[in-house]
Amino acid sequence: MIDSLKEYQNLNFEQGRSLWQDAWYRLNKNKLAMLGLYLIIFFVVVSILTPWLAPYGYETQNLALGASAPSAQHWLGTDIHGRDLMTRLMYGGRISLMVGFAATAVSLFIGVLWGTIAGYIGGLTDTIMMRIVDILYALPFMIFIILLMVVFGRSLLLLFLAIGLIEWLTMARIVRTQVLTLRKQEFVSAAVVTGLRHWQIIRRHVIPNVLGPVIVYITLTIPSVMLLEAFLSFLGLGIQPPQSSWGVLISGGVETMEEYPWLLVFPGLALSLTLFALNFLGDGLRDALDPRATRD
Amino acid sequence: MLRFFVGRLLQSIPVIFIVITATFFLVRAAPGGPFDAEKTLSPEVIERLNERYNLDAPIYEQYFDYLGHLAQGDFGPSFRYTNRTVTEMIYAGLPITFELAIYAIMIALVIGISAGMLAAIKPNSAQDYIPMSLAMTGICMPSFLLGPLLVLVFGIWLQWLPVSGWGYSPGDKILPAITLGSTYAAYIARLTRGGMLEILSQDYIRTAKAKGLPMAKIIIRHALRGGLSPVVAFLGPAIAGLLAGSFVVETIFQIPGLGRFYVQAAFNRDYTMILGTTILLSCLIVLLNMLSDLLAVWLNPRLALSNEKN
Amino acid sequence: MPNKIVCLSLTLSLFLSGCDLGPSNVESGTRDQVLHLGNGTEPKDLDPHSVTGVPEHNIISALFEGLVTVNPKTLAPEPGIAASWNIENNGKRYTFAIRDNAKWSNGDPVTADDFVWSWKRMLLPAMASEYAYQLFTVKNAKQFNHGDITDFNQVGVKALNAKTLQVDLENPTPYFLSLLAHYSTYAVHPPTILKFGAIDEAGTLWTRPGNFVGNGPFLLDEWRLNYIIRVSKNPLYWDSENVQLNEIVFYPIDQVQTEERMFKTGALHATSSIPVDKIAVYQQKDPEKISIDPYLGTYYYRININVKPLDNPNIRKALSMAINRELLVSSITKGGQLAAYTFTPPNTQGYYAATSPITFDIAAARELLSEAGFPNGEGFPEIELTYNTSDGHRRIAVAIQQMWKDALNIDIRLSNQDWKVYLSRIQSMDYSIARAAWIGDYPDPNTFLDMFISGGGNNQTGWSNAEYDRLIALAASQTNQQQRYRTFQQAEAILMDESPIIPIYTYTRVLLKHPQLQGWYPNILDQHPYKHVYLQEPK
Repeated sequence: MIDSLKEYQNLNFEQGRSLWQDAWYRLNKNKLAMLGLYLIIFFVVVSILTPWLAPYGYETQNLALGASAPSAQHWLGTDIHGRDLMTRLMYGGRISLMVGFAATAVSLFIGVLWGTIAGYIGGLTDTIMMRIVDILYALPFMIFIILLMVVFGRSLLLLFLAIGLIEWLTMARIVRTQVLTLRKQEFVSAAVVTGLRHWQIIRRHVIPNVLGPVIVYITLTIPSVMLLEAFLSFLGLGIQPPQSSWGVLISGGVETMEEYPWLLVFPGLALSLTLFALNFLGDGLRDALDPRATRD
Repeated sequence: MLRFFVGRLLQSIPVIFIVITATFFLVRAAPGGPFDAEKTLSPEVIERLNERYNLDAPIYEQYFDYLGHLAQGDFGPSFRYTNRTVTEMIYAGLPITFELAIYAIMIALVIGISAGMLAAIKPNSAQDYIPMSLAMTGICMPSFLLGPLLVLVFGIWLQWLPVSGWGYSPGDKILPAITLGSTYAAYIARLTRGGMLEILSQDYIRTAKAKGLPMAKIIIRHALRGGLSPVVAFLGPAIAGLLAGSFVVETIFQIPGLGRFYVQAAFNRDYTMILGTTILLSCLIVLLNMLSDLLAVWLNPRLALSNEKN
Repeated sequence: MPNKIVCLSLTLSLFLSGCDLGPSNVESGTRDQVLHLGNGTEPKDLDPHSVTGVPEHNIISALFEGLVTVNPKTLAPEPGIAASWNIENNGKRYTFAIRDNAKWSNGDPVTADDFVWSWKRMLLPAMASEYAYQLFTVKNAKQFNHGDITDFNQVGVKALNAKTLQVDLENPTPYFLSLLAHYSTYAVHPPTILKFGAIDEAGTLWTRPGNFVGNGPFLLDEWRLNYIIRVSKNPLYWDSENVQLNEIVFYPIDQVQTEERMFKTGALHATSSIPVDKIAVYQQKDPEKISIDPYLGTYYYRININVKPLDNPNIRKALSMAINRELLVSSITKGGQLAAYTFTPPNTQGYYAATSPITFDIAAARELLSEAGFPNGEGFPEIELTYNTSDGHRRIAVAIQQMWKDALNIDIRLSNQDWKVYLSRIQSMDYSIARAAWIGDYPDPNTFLDMFISGGGNNQTGWSNAEYDRLIALAASQTNQQQRYRTFQQAEAILMDESPIIPIYTYTRVLLKHPQLQGWYPNILDQHPYKHVYLQEPK
């Protein structure tokens, strides 16, 4: 028997958890995914604070010094123009991550909008919109990006847009599938019956439920976007000197990898670690948000 | 099945048309080409250009002109390598890229499927974690990083393999093929593992095991077809990625394939070459995508019912 | 499972079989007298009248021979297709006797008419040959090339008979014989050219293997784009018994690192250049494989003076004076090059330019820029710097981009292009500032300085100065070397004062070669007539 209200309140009942708290709990248990999360946070923080953290300017050359191995003055060494590698790595990271996030944001915006409208309205609109997606899906976008770079010059803005324009297609498909499933659920019909306007329904009920797969997809899109940017910069079509991105640094490091291996190793590590982290995080999120989902 | 095939074929046609049209007009819009009237060239050169490219005609006439030539398989003269035609250059480069892609796919399939199967048979064991971690490495290490590293280790330090060229010296095709194929091996390994895991957990497999069939027979007779179907579905996008990925591998290893020509054409603003290569590669990719979808449907006819790919 | 293992082993063994690398190119080549050369970029064409580059020269000099050839050690003119010659009329008339046994590779004898026809081809305006001006020393050649006269009979080159060629010059030209060793003056086979196009049509199919006809020590066997060019010994060459090589294979490799690796693994006998970072390494560990020699060439930047604000000579001088050349050659190029403040290399056959108005002076450069209306670089438009794809050019460009930014606070955009495109953009003046190099065609300051006469085919800057033109023409008519050189000095002073070009350094020739390569002597023009070259294991 319980004596007083106070004692009753002190009993440790299991706290009810929302879907999100549930997911967070599961994610926490996945050590690799958490490692990935911390790593990403670390890289993002460093990138944001770069202008204050970087010991040198990213274009400050020291020709007399040339390429030098890691030392006390240059923790990660210098490149052939005597520029501090750590500084260039940090600024390069800013650009690489920025392209990654920005391009993904573009694709997110377009994809979610497109998929939601298609899935929610359904019918002919849906068919047409998804047909368009199918057709665009078949185009070899790598080639078109290169073409766009050639035709309109190599600007950062164009890079965001171009890459974002590739990735929205899959996003649209995923969102649409989710929306379709949701629309059939009873709570939506209930909402309609209570007189809620469509956009209110979308805002309050559909989008929060779509968020799950979208988040997973975002964490998996960012690495492929970064890879794409690195790829283009490696070919010489992306970021132009004196700016750097990790792709540019890797491309430069490849040329002199025998004599100055640090110029390849550090940028390579940075890119690989980021990609690892994002992929593990993405996998972990997927498991956390829907443990029943089949892997891959 | 036939209906599916015809449906897909019909769907491909607008795609190809869009590719040709979009590329054509994009290229024409580019600044700094001969198609840019502001050029100050000597009169002889201008005359020759006009003759070759029919630049005096209005643009839609040029467009239909180009389509007409295309129908005859004529991509026109290269804009930069003035004594060569695009067709000639494609003819020189395409077989090489194709060969590279085929070797890469072979490697990807062999390594990927074996690794995936090994992992699926004993899930959550060392046999699972090791191949899958290697697979993750393959995905996260781009070819332009992996290639040079392989070159450093096998070509320079160990001196086991040549470091560049394609057919100049024996064994020079190994490193490029491995570099290109490894990322896909990684994806295929993961896909195989996933597909096989799902199949292997089915009841009819347990029945077969209960009946005493050896594992090998079980896999070959029952599991393979279903388990590999995600891999087959992946082949289409994989080939598209391979052709694009060949750009980098060909650059690193100095392979005179179409990928490298394409990148050079991009730098050179060789507009006719870009146009021709884009169209050709796009059509190839569309075709291969369609074939791979067909293969997937043949293996798993239920896919034809839903036109959605997830 | 077993099936998979079998499959796997089969595939593996297939690949591993490639691991038996067999004899290297150097080994097998030395045994069979097959020379494997790295040749830089893919040649634009193999037509001597429509190309200007060194990669093209290396191949063309195997396929053709001029009236005159050069001694491989001293570069002194020696009889080539011409067995002998007479010089009369105070050096204004040359009469060449063409060898009886000089033949084209299809059996036709080489005649004097072939040379007349070929020079006509080179000078025809529609051919737009950039080297046409090389022959302007021939009487009326310039007028013919400019379209002032249309009858080639008035030009000072005649075939007196099938085997005698007579050339009349505007001025006594001391380097004329050396000029005739340059490929732009070679003869081509008229019937072959005409079979595939008009006389003045460039870029036709006659240069393809199978169609090609030449009169040199080798024949064109194979030309795979961006892959290899293979030439084999021409039995009909008049001196073929003295040619020891059986074949030469040229590899167009545009990445220096790849070329160096191919050299190291024995795929090439010699390279066309060397990655900068390897120079010190080879000098320490493998000094007999690296050779660094003086080279008659200047690395410079060309300025298109039609592009504002580069039309202002003070701005051009400012750009020139803001570059720290000493730092560039010591830290970036590292090959023993010399900083250059004038265009002609020092000691060009005894010629030295006068002291240059250009020095490394940032303060003066800033002041010039500010006087020109761009104090501290304000308002200066972003300018494009073009170079052909190469690590070396990029490194220098990146360094100079930063030097201009630091010293003058102006922004430069870098743009790299493939060799052929780069060439065509320069030719059509579609650039603002472009990297360039000039290797002398013959040992005389004229080869450097006559480039910049008004409208010269290799000028390509838009610069034109009447006094400069007058001085160059004057030098052409002077026979006293001291006098000539003084005239050249005056002309060069004008060139440096107006700075349509920015000289950066004087070349050295740095390359890698295996000791099996013999008969390959260093000389300031880096010319190695292949008939003297042979392969032999060193003792």
